Amino acid sequence: MTLQVSMVPDVAETIGQAKIDRKTYLQTLLAQRSAVPASTVRGEETQVWLQVLRDRATEQVKELAIPSTKEEEWRFTDLSALLQTQFVAPPAVTVRLTDLEAWLLPEARDSRLVFVDGVYAPTLSAIGHLPAGVIVGNLPQALEQPLQNYLSKLPGAEEVFTALNTASFADTAIVWVPHNTSLEAPIHLLFVSTTGDVAALSHPRCLVIAEAGSCLALVETFVTLGEGEHLTNAVTEVWLGENAQVNHVRLQRNSLTAVHLGKTAVSQARDSRYTCIAVSLGAKLSRHNLEVFQAGEQTETTLNGLAMIGAEQVADTHSTIAFTKPYGSSYQTHKCIVSDRAHAVFNGKILVPKAAQLTNAAQVSRNLLLSPKARIDTKPQLEITADNVKCAHGATVSQLEDDEVFYLQSRGINQESARKLLVYAFAAEVIGQIAIPSLRENLSAIVRGYQA
Amino acid sequence: MISENSEVILSVRDLTAEVEGTPILKGLNLEVKAGEIHAIMGPNGSGKSTFSKVLAGHPAYRVTGGTVLFRGQNLLEWEPDERAKSGVFLAFQYPLEIPGVSNLDFLRVAYNSKRQHEGLEELDAFDFDDLVQQKLDVVKMNPAFLSRSVNEGFSGGEKKRNEILQMALLEPKLGILDETDSGLDIDALRIVAGGVNQLSHANNAIVLITHYQRLLDYIVPDYVHVMEAGRIITTGGKELALELESRGYDWVREEEAAEVAR
Repeated sequence: MTLQVSMVPDVAETIGQAKIDRKTYLQTLLAQRSAVPASTVRGEETQVWLQVLRDRATEQVKELAIPSTKEEEWRFTDLSALLQTQFVAPPAVTVRLTDLEAWLLPEARDSRLVFVDGVYAPTLSAIGHLPAGVIVGNLPQALEQPLQNYLSKLPGAEEVFTALNTASFADTAIVWVPHNTSLEAPIHLLFVSTTGDVAALSHPRCLVIAEAGSCLALVETFVTLGEGEHLTNAVTEVWLGENAQVNHVRLQRNSLTAVHLGKTAVSQARDSRYTCIAVSLGAKLSRHNLEVFQAGEQTETTLNGLAMIGAEQVADTHSTIAFTKPYGSSYQTHKCIVSDRAHAVFNGKILVPKAAQLTNAAQVSRNLLLSPKARIDTKPQLEITADNVKCAHGATVSQLEDDEVFYLQSRGINQESARKLLVYAFAAEVIGQIAIPSLRENLSAIVRGYQA
Repeated sequence: MISENSEVILSVRDLTAEVEGTPILKGLNLEVKAGEIHAIMGPNGSGKSTFSKVLAGHPAYRVTGGTVLFRGQNLLEWEPDERAKSGVFLAFQYPLEIPGVSNLDFLRVAYNSKRQHEGLEELDAFDFDDLVQQKLDVVKMNPAFLSRSVNEGFSGGEKKRNEILQMALLEPKLGILDETDSGLDIDALRIVAGGVNQLSHANNAIVLITHYQRLLDYIVPDYVHVMEAGRIITTGGKELALELESRGYDWVREEEAAEVAR
């Protein structure tokens, strides 16, 4: 996949008194990066490949600019507002475990990693007994493994915000599950952004390797302490070996003034199964790029998404499922619930080249508009050159039907509760798929409380 | 069962109503007392279903004149949910599917709304489960239906049975059944009719809206009304339904025309 980036400086935006263009602004973000932390340097060799990786990404970013709506990939999502804020690397903040209680999962009591503004927080993390060979920890704990074969090796690494993350990241959550190993408890990665005197910039990074025949459940939660502004630019890479299975939940609950840019890139070897449930609730502006590459035959991808937004929030999901071999399948349901003046975007790309015969792909985009000023842009994008495939897609945009509300009212349920129940029912199809009870209940409660 | 001294449950006087500016009800009169079963028959488009929706308070139907008293109170002032909680129940001709909401949860929420309205304590999940198990017998419903989403993937007959199950739980003062018999095979019709007969007693009233006389073989009405062009044009006993079945609605129209001419 290639991303077209305009090199022409866009119309000037203002930070304070200074005029600034999109390219210059990106360099100010790059300038906030820290050095490779000493903790990741263990022997000369490791230092070299990490440094090379960062340097290469840095060179890429220097040539790029913050994308504008003139670019197809950003047509519906305007990043101009981003340029109004000077995001900086925040000072270290003390976070206590009690601050995070609302987001902890009892099911992951002994399998949790916490990162604060992208920096590993060992005292907030809890890793208990794990099967032999399993690594759940920060980058230095995993340097014995051939990480250089995986880190930043997925297609799309040159995309502007992914490259910015690679150029800037320090700590990295590593989950390594060896051959034929199955993890009972879900791995919970909690990425906390802090807010304070400055608008914090952070680049959370995560690398998951599920070796052949292994199985794990992964939960990523992005949250904000406080209500202030911050920019979170997260990248997660997931590698599934042959016949491996990964069940992934990605929950974005950043503050309503935050900007959240996220990338999930997945590579699937033959016979592997990847499921992702991605839920976007927070941030004034969020973008999730979900890119799955089926590298082998008979792989299965299931993507379920839910964006539930109000006020003036913008939530954008761009997904890509790239088939490359025969007998692949994908099942995708993306739902948006949009109220007030909020704006949801969904672009679902499915690529089926000639080599991917007998592909079975199904995509559904369902959208619920709850106010006349709410807006939805949904765009299925199927590029099929194979001739013996089954690819179905559909998109619906609807409102709460008077008849549905009336049916519930005629059973004694008041109008407000009836509307809430119908919104909940709409979201339940996605949330109900979450296998982790505490998370499913927690999200159900949030959805039930949504002002319809 | 007709009894002169029974409470008047529903009193409709000169009711007129429109939908999207088109008048549908044009001066409807009806009085229903406790213990009675009324059947409202009539050709398609005569306003039968509109009447049922007006009584239940559907927002698309606008009342333009007349009065509707429910147990002496102005029914038209109340929101649909208040009507339901006060004892008006409409069994829908086309019950809606609500994916994502389990039938059991839906029934419990509805039941507890009514309990709350009556100043009673809400039933918890366990007690409610016991109650609903008893009520399932009324419509011979498989308990497996409780864990499925409301009406989702139900057959026509199963949806109608689910409506009667809701009526059994909510124990309305006035049950309005809007073409509950339409589209049912004979076995399903027997079950639904048997359920309604079990639920009918001296303190409540049933209004059956139907297109077919067949239903009245299983639920015997005290009164049969014929609707035409938004009004009730004739009323009789159960034998009127048989007459309609053999002679058709044109016969009633001619009778009425003759009466007007006289």
